[in-house]
Amino acid sequence: MGYPYLPLTPPERREMLSAIGVDSIADLFADIPQEISLKTDLNLPPALSESELVRHVQELADRNISLADYTSFLGAGVYQHLIPSAVPHLANRAEFVTAYTPYQAEISQGVLQATFEYQTLICQLTDMDVANASLYDGATALAEAALMSIAITGGNQVITFESLHPDYRAVVETYLQAVDAELVVAPTKQGLADIDALRPLLGKATAAVLLQQPNFFGLLEPAEEISALLEDTPTLFVACVNPISLGVLKPPGAYGADIVVGDGQPLGNPPAFGGPSFGFMAVKEKHVRRMPGRIVGQTQDQDGNRGFVLTLQTREQHIRRHRATSNICTNAAHSTVMGTVYLALLGKEGLREVANQCAQKAHFTQDQICRLPGWEMLFPGPFYHEFAVKPPVHWSKVNEALLGEGIIGGVPLAKVYPERKEWENALLFCVTEARTADEIEHLLQVLKEVK
Amino acid sequence: MSPRKEFPLLMERGAPGRRAYLLPDLDVPAQPLKDLIPGEYLREEPAPIPELSELEVARHFVGLSRRNHGVDVGFYPLGSCTMKYNPKVNEDLASLAGFANLHPYQPEETVQGALQLMYELEQHLCEIAGLHRATLTPAAGAHGELTGLMLIKAYHHSLGQDERDEIIIPDAAHGTNPASAAMCGYKVVEVPSNERGGVSVKDLERLVGPKTAGLMLTNPNTLGLFDEEILAITDMVRAAGGLLYYDGANANAILGKCRPGDMGFDIVHFNLHKTFSTPHGGGGPGSGPIAVRDMLVPFLPTPVVEKREDRRASYFLDYDRPSAIGKIKGFYGNFLVMVRAYAYIRTMGPEGLRQASEDAVLSANYLMERLREFYHLPYPRICMHEFVLSASRQKALGVAAQDVAKRLLDYGIHAPTVYFPLIVEEALMIEPTETEPKAVLDEFIDIMAAIAKEAEESPEQLKTAPHYTVVGRLDETRAARHPVLRWRGAVEGDTTRDGR
Repeated sequence: MGYPYLPLTPPERREMLSAIGVDSIADLFADIPQEISLKTDLNLPPALSESELVRHVQELADRNISLADYTSFLGAGVYQHLIPSAVPHLANRAEFVTAYTPYQAEISQGVLQATFEYQTLICQLTDMDVANASLYDGATALAEAALMSIAITGGNQVITFESLHPDYRAVVETYLQAVDAELVVAPTKQGLADIDALRPLLGKATAAVLLQQPNFFGLLEPAEEISALLEDTPTLFVACVNPISLGVLKPPGAYGADIVVGDGQPLGNPPAFGGPSFGFMAVKEKHVRRMPGRIVGQTQDQDGNRGFVLTLQTREQHIRRHRATSNICTNAAHSTVMGTVYLALLGKEGLREVANQCAQKAHFTQDQICRLPGWEMLFPGPFYHEFAVKPPVHWSKVNEALLGEGIIGGVPLAKVYPERKEWENALLFCVTEARTADEIEHLLQVLKEVK
Repeated sequence: MSPRKEFPLLMERGAPGRRAYLLPDLDVPAQPLKDLIPGEYLREEPAPIPELSELEVARHFVGLSRRNHGVDVGFYPLGSCTMKYNPKVNEDLASLAGFANLHPYQPEETVQGALQLMYELEQHLCEIAGLHRATLTPAAGAHGELTGLMLIKAYHHSLGQDERDEIIIPDAAHGTNPASAAMCGYKVVEVPSNERGGVSVKDLERLVGPKTAGLMLTNPNTLGLFDEEILAITDMVRAAGGLLYYDGANANAILGKCRPGDMGFDIVHFNLHKTFSTPHGGGGPGSGPIAVRDMLVPFLPTPVVEKREDRRASYFLDYDRPSAIGKIKGFYGNFLVMVRAYAYIRTMGPEGLRQASEDAVLSANYLMERLREFYHLPYPRICMHEFVLSASRQKALGVAAQDVAKRLLDYGIHAPTVYFPLIVEEALMIEPTETEPKAVLDEFIDIMAAIAKEAEESPEQLKTAPHYTVVGRLDETRAARHPVLRWRGAVEGDTTRDGR
């Protein structure tokens, strides 16, 4: 029996064995000790033809309800935005998809230049000096920023706030535990970083303060005040941002961030059940040699032609081994190509408009919801495109009613902050430019009637 | 030779006011943004993103793609990276709305198909590894390593053995191994290789002890050699109380032939983007699930996909795991990569996977046998899915491994991995994979032979290669000494070409 991806024919195999000078395939595996050599097939389902495979996997996909079928108001780290048709067409060119890390620069100028452009775009969005070629996702990028801060300052404590995405907090905690560093979670006041609570926590050992802007609740944090507080201290200020929001929100470079990270999924990548996306990281110039991950730089060939290469590689694992700034090797290159194509298509005005429409639609929806009897905001502060509201009935009733109407409601805070009883009955709604007025109206209708 | 032409950056294209994509008009009442969000939070100037038409964007990225080599373009024998063919149908499946358009916080009952796929993929990977449970969350091989080391740490901690703070790693190991160990706070102890390319058991014996937390090993190793003493190695580490970590970067050699669990390993990572045919994407996204032995299951990161055996089987994400090391990535891992790997395993079946490994090993041995006439073969014994040549003969003529690599580019072939493993001078690490036709292998042999001849007759031809690529050999030293890491040009009114 043949396999579509295995081109060698039986006569070719025999010919090759004979060229090698052995009698059988078994001779090539003779180094495997007899006692562990498998005598039977692996216990896996039998091979499927392409059409059988498509039918089977389509059946699995059909057991899901996708955001193409239902209207979603979910956010909390993964966002549904309009993705121009050209994004997958261009990013999914086989030459991009079937390449690996551009170790041979002269035949990898496509990925290298796209990455150089990506690094430039990330710097332009964040108003920072230098960006790397990507990390796995927003949560691991934040964890890497925490480790990088520890390496730069020598401190072994990192502070964040309860308003940081709980998944991100958990990931940072896991990474820090491994190196015996401590993550301190400072309290919030009305859903915002409590600066008075932060002040006494800061000390010589504080390597960094991590702030999410907008935070998990969609609220806008007092980033400038925190930045000012850290100004003449060795403690680094790490901002974790939503790249779409930077279409209208102040870039972290303008409020003094030392390191900026975030998740790039909103830039032209589908929600994908949470992955893959990409993590971005941008830093001030002076920290570039402490940055984890690949970096692409410009150079030239012997005739002075511009070209791009992986650079500053002495930071990296394949050169520096256990003294590397990180272990990262494979990153999220293709997801960044999607992000780069997306930004190229949107352009300056398009990005601003997406960011503006998100703010407009979210505020409109929030205003309308809070006009319904018994509905109120959990926190009063200014927000971007997400907001937490308290329904007059149990949240599960709300989401059940919505699901029955083909709408996926907000993220229940009870699931992400199980320890906070006072936030138990609240839903975090997100409204992006992808939602229409009709869909918002439908949402309001259902909310009005839910009992 | 075609005249070389620079390819403008996105930032050097377009014109102010040009648009490639239009949004629908805002269909809720528009408010001045300042009325919604206080001005102190707003940016003063829009981000200076380039402004292009759709055709300009299309030409730009299609143009870039044509300046890139991929498996679909030509042979890609990059050692340790398993650049096998990436099936097209798997791309279609990963882009189904029922997968690509799922939100991770949807109610469980609306994502049963996704959870089932994850659950079954986990089962299949455990079967292939010979271990009990797995986490699919790690986003790449190195991420799997880090996770595995955290499990090792948690395990020893649970036994009150925090004094075990050393990880033993062979000198031939991938750089990620020691880097991962360091990220996990471990001291790295290097064990040398023996003259046959395996771990020196004699030295290992001296290095293991009460401080040993574990051993990380690739088998076959980075020389492409299956360690003949593997059982002695794993026995020795286990007897000393250490755990065994299998770096699955080279697992393409052993599918259905033997299993890391049976070799004595406790933790195995697989690179789905190597062994299970998911595309490398120019450097990711990948996926690096790890499978573990039963005693490590309680420590697996959250969440784990579990199956409820009620009236009708259903699947759920289990966060209620008090001994878990915590979370290691946002959400559940690179799900769309999992879809492709699942599709690959279902297409190949048990016999197909075994045939894939057999063909990968056959192809590697065929190339090795034919190429040893032209290049030095430092470890002349049967190899597995890859092998390492040395350009030491050519070096004597003034031609380095790097020159051979660059000359290959002129023939439309990606170079092997060069200068790795570090224990071989002028190393050329070659991994053909099972998906290349014999004609491609034969052509590669002819080209490598021609290059060896050039090294003798016209070494300049190699030292100045590549000649037919879109740029000539690029100056890496310059890039590192004078880093230009972004375009600055017009943004800051600086019009110098290199942005400084």
